[in-house]
Amino acid sequence: MVEFTLPKNSKITQGKTWPRKASAKRETEVRVYRWDPDDGQNPRVDTYYVDRDDCGPMVLDALIWIKNNIDPTLTFRRSCREGVCGSCAMNIDGTNTLACTKAMDDAKEPLKVYPLPHQPVVKDLVPDLTNFYAQYASIEPWLHTVSPTPETEWKQSHEDRQKLDGMYECILCACCSTSCPSYWWNSDRYLGPAALLQANRWVQDTRDEATGERLDKLEDPFRLYRCHTILNCSKACPKSLNPAKQIAELKKTMVDRQL
Amino acid sequence: MAGNGQGNGGAPKINGRAYPIEDHAYDVVVIGAGGSGLRAVVGCAEAGLRTACITKVFPTRSHTVAAQGGIAAALGNMGEDDWRWHMYDTVKGSDWLGDQDAIEYLCRNAPDAVYELEHWGLPFSRREEDGKIYQRPFGGMTTHYGKGTAQRTCAAADRTGHAMLHTLYGQSLRHQAEFYIEYFAIDLIMDEEGRCRGVIALNLEDGSIHRFRANMTMIATGGYGRAYFTCTGAHTQTGDGNAMVLRAGLPLQDMEFVQFHPTGIYGAGCLITEGVRGEGGYLVNSEGERFMERYAPSAKDLASRDVVSRSMTIEIREGRGVGKLKDHIFLHLDPLDPAVIHERLPGIAESSRIFAGVDVTREPIPVLPTVHYNMGGIATNYHGEALTKKNGNPDTVIPGLMALGEAACVSVHGANRLGSNSLIDLVVFGRAAAQRCAELLTPNDKQPELPKNSADFALSRLDKYRYASGGTPTAQLRMKMQRVMQNNCAVFRTGEVLQEGSKLIHEVYAGMPDIAVTDRSLIWNSDLIETLELDNLMAQAVVTMDSACNRTESRGAHAREDFPNRDDQNWMKHTLSWMDEKGKVTLDYRPVHTYTMTNDVAYVEPKARVY
Repeated sequence: MVEFTLPKNSKITQGKTWPRKASAKRETEVRVYRWDPDDGQNPRVDTYYVDRDDCGPMVLDALIWIKNNIDPTLTFRRSCREGVCGSCAMNIDGTNTLACTKAMDDAKEPLKVYPLPHQPVVKDLVPDLTNFYAQYASIEPWLHTVSPTPETEWKQSHEDRQKLDGMYECILCACCSTSCPSYWWNSDRYLGPAALLQANRWVQDTRDEATGERLDKLEDPFRLYRCHTILNCSKACPKSLNPAKQIAELKKTMVDRQL
Repeated sequence: MAGNGQGNGGAPKINGRAYPIEDHAYDVVVIGAGGSGLRAVVGCAEAGLRTACITKVFPTRSHTVAAQGGIAAALGNMGEDDWRWHMYDTVKGSDWLGDQDAIEYLCRNAPDAVYELEHWGLPFSRREEDGKIYQRPFGGMTTHYGKGTAQRTCAAADRTGHAMLHTLYGQSLRHQAEFYIEYFAIDLIMDEEGRCRGVIALNLEDGSIHRFRANMTMIATGGYGRAYFTCTGAHTQTGDGNAMVLRAGLPLQDMEFVQFHPTGIYGAGCLITEGVRGEGGYLVNSEGERFMERYAPSAKDLASRDVVSRSMTIEIREGRGVGKLKDHIFLHLDPLDPAVIHERLPGIAESSRIFAGVDVTREPIPVLPTVHYNMGGIATNYHGEALTKKNGNPDTVIPGLMALGEAACVSVHGANRLGSNSLIDLVVFGRAAAQRCAELLTPNDKQPELPKNSADFALSRLDKYRYASGGTPTAQLRMKMQRVMQNNCAVFRTGEVLQEGSKLIHEVYAGMPDIAVTDRSLIWNSDLIETLELDNLMAQAVVTMDSACNRTESRGAHAREDFPNRDDQNWMKHTLSWMDEKGKVTLDYRPVHTYTMTNDVAYVEPKARVY
């Protein structure tokens, strides 16, 4: 359940301002959320100055620059650095997005970097996404068939395949779900935009033969219908997908099957 | 939880500090959750084997996710095709360093592996005509043994790796595979007889130590692109498994063969798929010339990657590079119909916009040959069993150990991998390894006691770096290593440059004892993890450089200007490299398998490699 005020031990305190690089001519001020699970202290926001002439253009470049040059203890997830793995999702300049594809110049200064909202924090910018992943698993993201499997591929028309565009590209970064107020409130029971977009990906797949069962599982006041078309999800998606539209498609499919 | 050599959950003292250990026992432990690891996990689970998968990133974040162009298999959907032609192309692509029995296994099993992925739900792009899987042309892929151009590479737009990895993860969920996610594998457990008995890993989330023992340990940890300054690979691509094997006193194979992908985005290094050229894109120099026509009159822009990367490097060297510094090349897609780009290459259109500020329908993409793939790795046979050379036998199986994917050197890619042959390698050999496990192992079989102090080696290394208080921050030493590799072990090599590189990389290696780690914690200590990864990279960098120094010929990706020709007389053999703690490298050789697996296909005799 959502909490209206942060618990005492989550209140953010002012952190440290780290020394600037003397030789830097062009700097960006970066304020980063820090929390160390070991020291018993409240979270804080540290301030760093990134030397832009020694650093790549993206927010992830800045975080890596800080880690390499100023403060090796700064902790965040990252992997592909090109927007396909979904590791470096975080809240940047007030919006959930991928640090690797977000240019520093496209954000306000000082640049504010926080972990994805409303998830337990493991350390610094690393959230615990266990619940998010369990919800993805719950929609059974694999092809269900009962017909005898053909020797070669299942045929799928070009048009039918196009129905999956805008869904199969999801990278499970969690930017959408963790930007959704309804998800903040009910993430224990509401599946959230990412899992629902994935659910629709399998509902729309013409090869899948479990559409009815898939819809049955979503027919629930919480799992699907806690979406109130707030549309934060579609605004947040760093892959320009439209989870809200896919949820609407699901709701429409639900109605259609009643008729 | 299983018992172990020194009592349950014993907390051995390392440098006076206790690290409590949690014990696990499985039939199979897979390290890595990319394409090959997940395929093996699914296969082992299907066979009823108790299987654990340890991975340092959530499975769908593994670098298989970044593969773009496709997966090669002679389905013949777009015109006639034959797995024998695919085999011929792969042998030629490998510059005859590939083992032809393994290449036969790969190519003849490729179509079934693709159909299997499709049956599991992979959203392949489709043909308009009949709804079959769409296949595109790719470098080095031909019909009729080099005569025509094959359309063999099955694609899901330009996100094939992403689609494949998510499909495989879905299957492993279906089989309720047991995952240990965000666990960092530190070292293998080897017993006195040289059998691999499992692995020690650190759980990042709470800092606990886990001892996994297993009758089979599979290394599927990928390549080590991050040994270089610029690479297409992920930050996590640090070849942890390869380094564990070196530390276990076992060899790696063919480490001198490092593939440079012709089209990494200039500056950022992000991959632009060869599929761009497959769909009709082409490279242009500062004179506006499509220079590949000169270097590869027949295949042109679709020559194999080593050939294209060398041609681009020559163009730049001879002053025909583009840009202010004349130090890169343009890749044109603008003649392509925007509808084709939208349907088949949407991902690279996005990457080009973000990382190069380019609208691909109007402007060329600035590109540069960029480190992309390691042909070398842990020697295996085509069942995935890891090999070493012992008492003169070059095919000695290391009991209890397998290797898969980019970490392995089967060797199907030999001296140069063809584009779209890596994804097929992952699933074909992931499946083969699982089948082998089903043959060799009995589910829930008893396991002998572990050797005493089985965790000491791993934990003392962990503790050493956790408290490392030297004068060189990890990032600094890593940069030094990456610079040396980039400067001295690149597309073109000479004896002089490699000798210097060897001297320099050993100097950098000698800097490891002076490393400084700032974060002393155990929960998500990414400073410590990056240091362990650097230690892993460093070992591979050293053996790569020394293997390259040693090979006095040009073959595939290893191009020596002082030895410009392939020398089959002396060098048609795999390099094996061992490294001791001090960084001393020992080299030896294994013969290339100059025979096929069955009589269905003849051995492809070596000849000049012309595209």
